[in-house]
Amino acid sequence: MTYALEMQNISKRFPGVVALDRVTLQVGRGEIHSVVGENGAGKSTLMKILSGAYRKDEGTILLDGLPIEITSPQSAIDAGIGTVYQNLNLIPDLTVADNIFMNRFAVRCGVAIDRKATRLGTEDVLGLMGCDISPSAIVADLSVADQQMVAIARVLVGDIRVLILDEPTSSLSPQEAERLFVNMRSLAARGVSIIFISHHMEEIFNVAERVTVLRDGGLVGSWGIGELDEASLVHHMVGREVREMFPKAHVEIGEEILRVSHISVTGWVDDVSFSLRRGEILGIGGLVGAGRTELVKAIFGAIAGRSGEIFLDGEKVAIDSPEDAVRQGLAFIPENRRDEGLLSDFSVEDNIVICNLQKFTRGIFVDRKSCQTVSDRVIREMAIKTPSRQQIAKNLSGGNQQKLVLGKWFLRNPRVIIFDEPTRGIDVGAKAEIHRTIGELAKNGVGVIVVSSELPELMGISDRILTLSKGKLKGEFDRRDFTAERIMLAATA
Amino acid sequence: MKLSFGLLRGTGSLIALVLIVIVFSVTSPVFLELNNLMNIIVQVAVISVIAAGAMFIILTGGIDLSVGGMVALAGVVSASVVRSSGSPALAIVVCLGVALMFGILAGALITYGKIPPFVCTLGIMSVARGLAFVYSGGIPISNFPAAFRFAGAGSIAGVPMMVIIPIVVYAALWVVLNRTPFGKIVYAIGSNEEATQLTGINTRKYKIIVYALAGLLTGLGALMYIGRINSGHPNSALGYELDAIAAVVIGGTSLSGGRGSIVGTIIGALIMGVIGNGLNLLNIDPYYQSVVLGTVIVLAVMIDQNSKNQRA
Repeated sequence: MTYALEMQNISKRFPGVVALDRVTLQVGRGEIHSVVGENGAGKSTLMKILSGAYRKDEGTILLDGLPIEITSPQSAIDAGIGTVYQNLNLIPDLTVADNIFMNRFAVRCGVAIDRKATRLGTEDVLGLMGCDISPSAIVADLSVADQQMVAIARVLVGDIRVLILDEPTSSLSPQEAERLFVNMRSLAARGVSIIFISHHMEEIFNVAERVTVLRDGGLVGSWGIGELDEASLVHHMVGREVREMFPKAHVEIGEEILRVSHISVTGWVDDVSFSLRRGEILGIGGLVGAGRTELVKAIFGAIAGRSGEIFLDGEKVAIDSPEDAVRQGLAFIPENRRDEGLLSDFSVEDNIVICNLQKFTRGIFVDRKSCQTVSDRVIREMAIKTPSRQQIAKNLSGGNQQKLVLGKWFLRNPRVIIFDEPTRGIDVGAKAEIHRTIGELAKNGVGVIVVSSELPELMGISDRILTLSKGKLKGEFDRRDFTAERIMLAATA
Repeated sequence: MKLSFGLLRGTGSLIALVLIVIVFSVTSPVFLELNNLMNIIVQVAVISVIAAGAMFIILTGGIDLSVGGMVALAGVVSASVVRSSGSPALAIVVCLGVALMFGILAGALITYGKIPPFVCTLGIMSVARGLAFVYSGGIPISNFPAAFRFAGAGSIAGVPMMVIIPIVVYAALWVVLNRTPFGKIVYAIGSNEEATQLTGINTRKYKIIVYALAGLLTGLGALMYIGRINSGHPNSALGYELDAIAAVVIGGTSLSGGRGSIVGTIIGALIMGVIGNGLNLLNIDPYYQSVVLGTVIVLAVMIDQNSKNQRA
């Protein structure tokens, strides 16, 4: 049998690391094929080789049985391999139509862009996907979900045989994701082979026909989806049983540490009051756009136009900026680690040190010795997978970046830690580790607030859950009363 | 406050130009006379043509500091060619060619040599200026045939070439920027170079073309410059790189690339010309002109930054 795409014995080495070791991937025509693995398993590297962003060191790539050389993004596109990157890679200042037709503008009179053809082509391809985004809208003004659709449309407009979707659902609501799956199936029915990267088991079992599992740069195996269940797939990925996704340690809950009263943020949060106790993990749920992030950012002083009062250990405190919040012992771990949580061009060590500079200063100098000791300790304690403390933060995988952000805050012994979507875009194994870490924090008497869109996660780790709907507090549930139905009901109220 | 900055951005430079024109037409009786207005355009003609090229470079997220030195070098070399060979056509080709070559060199060093544009063009500025002195021995070369001076001193149907050339250049570049794939790619590179590359576009090639285009426009500016003053001098066009960047920035183009309009750039050049001319008419010490211009530049960047924060 000839596969639509066959990558044979692909190897790729980076200085000091073997990223891929003789990995083989075989995708049939019109097949939706999931490639899964933990962070650092080599999925991204394999996909980057296929899309022309990296060159392979060894191995062969066959398209419909014929060997091809992929030397650049352009040569991958020419061969009919289209990629939708996780970070979308759109051009923010240009219109939707310009983005979609960037490398293939129809031209009149030899020079001028045929603007009518461009507009109609854009409407066609977006219509095909069942979305009605204006071709003349500026991409930066669109919602993330719409940007995702534009990124996929941009690939579809070409003559495409293999479509790579790298975590396409990470910023989509369940409805939007379902619409995407419908589109994927109709594309596959037209003969397009789809490689689907996702960390969500239910999505993989929903949409994929085959699964190839990578671990530590090597191939574990490839199975039809019917031959697996979630537990066996996770077992293949991590090479061990992940017994407890949500290890919930018993923690003595102490007295009140934080109380917020009548917090409002114009347009987002409407008169929310709650309290948090030592050792407690408070989950905040709700739909995207319900004002969850805005609420916690407001508490952290990172949003303008907040009203209401904040009490720490019973004392009223003025928190008007993140600086105030940090001084009062609050920590905030943002969702967007790359932009808000890390200096991504700096080393692991510098990231740890900069956030705690006073600690490392002797006289007017930075105490390099203690910087090194402490960074090594953080790397060890947080189990950050990195070749050294000198590694540049952006080269770490998503889960390890998250751990680095955590480690940074750990050093400051905060009284309250706020997490915004702590495990978004993170694989199963690292997720469990982060959940464990959050539990450890609580055990040490810290008050923890977790904002999450994943209900199983919220229910797994929280002692109490608050639900927001359209900026209002719509429900409060103790752990013994958790049911998915009741919480969802409150979130959609 | 922020909102008003945001609104200002699109049409801000035009409104500013109109306001400045109104102020000067009230304070100086001769300001609005046709002669004076022509004068202003002739004053800014060279800078506006060079600024058009600088605008393309800045749109890609780059910068060009080399234009002053390039005008001097292209000027003295072509001046000596026309004097020694007597062929205006050859000299014109040499003038444009020298600048074009340096543009391509800058583009190649920036893309393939991976040198930041600031450093690369800073170096070329110094090299070009130095070569201009070496080549001419520091002595100006003057008195050219009319055909060679046409771009700077000629006219068609009574309209000076110094007025015609900028209009033609800007009209052509408007079409290029707004109606051709090349124009979109220039914006795209400045907006997100990695993303542009990943759509399969050879961004290096397009960046080299942009620097080449800017070089060619600088050559044209040099031709106008020496034609007008009838002399090629190694010390000419001092500080033109900053004037060109100032015109682009005042015209609302973002220094971080990806946003800006070519119309804004010509308005930016005109604002600089009008301020200089108006202050002259009011007999204000020329040293103050520099102070005023500097203030205008800083204000323009402030508007740019504020509108950017709004987007984020």
